[in-house]
Amino acid sequence: MTTTPDQDTALTSAALALGDDALVLSHRLGEWAGHAPVLEEEVALANIALDLLGQARVLLSLAGDEDELAFLREERAFRNLQLVEQPNGDFAHTIARQLYFSTYQHLLHTELAAGESPFAPLAGKAVKEVAYHSDHAEQWTLRLGDGTTTGHTRMQRAVDALWRYTGEMFQPVEGLGVDWPALETAWLERITRVLHRATLTVPDGPRTGAWTAGAGRQGLHTEPFGRMLAEMQHLHRSHPGATW
Amino acid sequence: MVDGVGAHAGGGTGDGTEYERAFDAAVAADERIEPRDWMPDAYRATLVRQIAQHAHSEIIGMQPEANWITRAPSLRRKAILMAKVQDEAGHGLYLYSAAETLGTGREELLDKLHSGRQKYSSIFNYPTLTWADVGAIGWLVDGAAITNQVPLCRCSYGPYARAMVRICKEESFHQRQGYELLLALSRGTPAQHAMAQDAVDRWWWPSLMMFGPPDDESQHSAQSMAWKIKRHSNDELRQRFVDICVPQAESLGLTLPDPDLRWNEERGHHDFGPIDWTEFRDVLKGNGPCNEERLTRRRRAHEEGAWVRESAAAYAAKHTTGETGAIHA
Repeated sequence: MTTTPDQDTALTSAALALGDDALVLSHRLGEWAGHAPVLEEEVALANIALDLLGQARVLLSLAGDEDELAFLREERAFRNLQLVEQPNGDFAHTIARQLYFSTYQHLLHTELAAGESPFAPLAGKAVKEVAYHSDHAEQWTLRLGDGTTTGHTRMQRAVDALWRYTGEMFQPVEGLGVDWPALETAWLERITRVLHRATLTVPDGPRTGAWTAGAGRQGLHTEPFGRMLAEMQHLHRSHPGATW
Repeated sequence: MVDGVGAHAGGGTGDGTEYERAFDAAVAADERIEPRDWMPDAYRATLVRQIAQHAHSEIIGMQPEANWITRAPSLRRKAILMAKVQDEAGHGLYLYSAAETLGTGREELLDKLHSGRQKYSSIFNYPTLTWADVGAIGWLVDGAAITNQVPLCRCSYGPYARAMVRICKEESFHQRQGYELLLALSRGTPAQHAMAQDAVDRWWWPSLMMFGPPDDESQHSAQSMAWKIKRHSNDELRQRFVDICVPQAESLGLTLPDPDLRWNEERGHHDFGPIDWTEFRDVLKGNGPCNEERLTRRRRAHEEGAWVRESAAAYAAKHTTGETGAIHA
């Protein structure tokens, strides 16, 4: 790509933001391996994790060396949304996190794929994967929300608990020419439709706050994230300079 | 299948009936037995036991490797490991489907696994203590599994044989990746090389035990070979595996932990030291290093997931008119 130095920095920071989202959520989904409620979900969750890891590798490689960026940056240098670093919780929490994020990612990549930014080819490929992720999350939201009373209670609790992390997704990311307010409107419409179909109530708490508005994108994370990185980076950091 | 055989769908005891003779002739002619064909009750029971144990091994076998997913030292290795663990879940699903063609259900089989009434491969009761263990499992454990399973692609029971064709392709790929992981470590820093050697030292003997007890102690072997479920004896396959591994270990630059291992010109095979069958029997009895942990983890995943499966079933009952992308509980 031919860019001016300024654009290059903006592109690098955008690649990091999107790459970190994919990397961190992939890691969280990887924690499910061997714990899923049904074997088909072992396959599905690992499948989604792998897609996201693939996206992360392409994006981080645009910004530098993928392994240096993943394993040698400290918490304050990560640019991912706070939403994706949230612990898995129960299956409903994982599904709520997937629903919020994959809907966002689907809308975002659809717009990027139609544009002319250097991210267009990548988004064109990712949008096919993300359409599947978003369908998977929607289907499970329906099954948990409109299944048993327990499923309904747990799913409602999960969508409520993660609601406060959703405003951050629509803070503009430098280097991405995206109509953020329109993206947010489309996201809210789609989420509202799915939650209603699932007989769930759309949460009414704040979606942004002094701490959560864009915080992850600025390197301010939640407490569980440091522990996640400690586990993820430990082996790589224990053998400086080694190749694997 | 012959018309009217359905009347005997429950199978028979092998008292020389027309069905028995047709079954024997089909096995003798290397034809495949299919789900609706008549088969002896004992043949059906043996297959259910073996296929279920095989499926359970894939599912329990996810745990020792999944143990390292969150700590994989590069993104490339992490992707390979995730894909492998995902494949194992898929293999479990193929195999449960194959078992179900024999008239049993996945729920029933999982229940038998969780209550300890059906077994899984003893190898997965060993812990993965370092990253190199992931490579040792790929090279040795998958290598032993392939040696065992390739002949099953010609097994007399069609659904099992066809599942094995698909599984063996993917397993060979995993095995090469495990070998390549160990090679990178072996050629890496001294600490990485030592990590690889330590893993091979710990996994070598348990891998040899994967072929089962020696031929003179193997209770099911003779009948399974007569039915062409099994094509080679335990000791024969174990010898084949040792002969394959010795040159591979050399090219890896790693040693195998057996002072008695040497080429025997006369036999045209490698001689190797005695296996600790006491350890093997202990692990099989449930007293290996991780038996308790593996089963507890599996039971917990199942129990903690009960509400999810129940909710999916309740949703399906409410919306029976062909929801697209239905997810089965």
